[in-house]
Amino acid sequence: MARLVFTQQLRRFTETPQLDVTVGSLRAALEAAFAINPRLRGYVLDDQGHLRANVVVFIDGRRSAERQRLDDTLSPDSQVYVMQALSGG
Amino acid sequence: MEQRAWVATRKGLFEMQRAGDGWAVARVSFLGEPVSMVLPPSQSSGRMLAALNLGHFGVKLHASDDGGANWHEVATPVYPPQPEQPAPGDRLPGGEYPVIPWKLVQIWSLQHGANGTLWAGTLPGGLFRSGDGGASWQLIESLWLRPERAEWFGGGYDVPGIHSICPHPANEGEVLVGISCGGAWVTRDDGKSWVVQSEGMRADFMPPERAGDPNIQDPHAIVRCSARPEVLWCQHHCGIWRSVDNARSWQRLTAPLSSFGFAVAVHPHDADTAWFVPGVADQQRVPVDGALVVNRTRDGGRSFETLRAGLPQADCFDLVYRHGLAVGGDGRHLMMGSTTGNLWASDDAGTRWAMVQAHLPPIFAVRYG
Repeated sequence: MARLVFTQQLRRFTETPQLDVTVGSLRAALEAAFAINPRLRGYVLDDQGHLRANVVVFIDGRRSAERQRLDDTLSPDSQVYVMQALSGG
Repeated sequence: MEQRAWVATRKGLFEMQRAGDGWAVARVSFLGEPVSMVLPPSQSSGRMLAALNLGHFGVKLHASDDGGANWHEVATPVYPPQPEQPAPGDRLPGGEYPVIPWKLVQIWSLQHGANGTLWAGTLPGGLFRSGDGGASWQLIESLWLRPERAEWFGGGYDVPGIHSICPHPANEGEVLVGISCGGAWVTRDDGKSWVVQSEGMRADFMPPERAGDPNIQDPHAIVRCSARPEVLWCQHHCGIWRSVDNARSWQRLTAPLSSFGFAVAVHPHDADTAWFVPGVADQQRVPVDGALVVNRTRDGGRSFETLRAGLPQADCFDLVYRHGLAVGGDGRHLMMGSTTGNLWASDDAGTRWAMVQAHLPPIFAVRYG
């Protein structure tokens, strides 16, 4: 199962579940996390459901470039990290 | 006498309490986080709000019902899904789309309204209302979808924003908002319709044929006199204006040293008394000759006194931003904070000042309550 991990920086503000998901896309994985903690959505996505400008997602060490559809395909053993982008600090 | 003040800064919210002859920091909330605006407790419900602007994770809104001792996150105003085709106000004729994403950038103003209503003014120019203490927010689409919005532009930010919200204390459905750069807009039917009311203001940053356009003015801040609500004062990008007919017309005034600045405060009971904190000019946003002063008028702007006692008079580079000057309910107590992180107070209507605190983070807003 793909593993989804959120930056520890987010724990200052809201619960960040670490979860293993069987879904096939990045957005579906994020939605699984938002189902556990709905407030987390607004920390990661903006008003239009796009990745926040200063949040970055790495999938298996590769930075995800698609920031609106979030339709990157996850493999069963993907490691997904949702991180802060230092540009926003 | 005011006993408590709130100072919203780049790195937290500071609660100031009277201590002896002066003031002291009583509590710090959200240490390290940018607090773009604070709304002091409601006199009826006790609810107060703090708006955060987290560098990575967006705008958040927190509420307290016990004077800032405990906070909990409430709903953030959220823009609705942006249509695929431009909505009214989204695009100039022939322009590209989208010009401005429907995405919250910052909560710039918070205000209590009639019957427990809460107002939030935001960048990129949306006004939101909550009828449930901040549990939910609704975008005022009657203003957001005005076609004139396409002419608005940013003033100090990349996008336009609502920094001033002035409910009319006697007319429940009447609210004036100040927009940089979009002028002053008024509703008199509880948000059903809006009219721009910046007639008389002049924008020197525009070509001459557009300088008087009410819809592109840059009022840095607008305040309303509580006792005579038809009197409004405006510190504008290009000077000082006053209206005595409830924003239907504005008259330009000239202050000593400089009429440029951001902050304005009006005496709650005496509509002729107002305070300003001048800077050199828009291209040099520091005190004139390195001396921090407050300009006060007591005659409706016909004359001003330049007040210096207790303020640094050499090598000072402090700027008091648009929400950085507060006046108390009796019109005698003033507090102002600078983007350099210095805080001063006066107990005699600004004649003499005393430093309250140095070395605070950059100060965005000061409010009593």
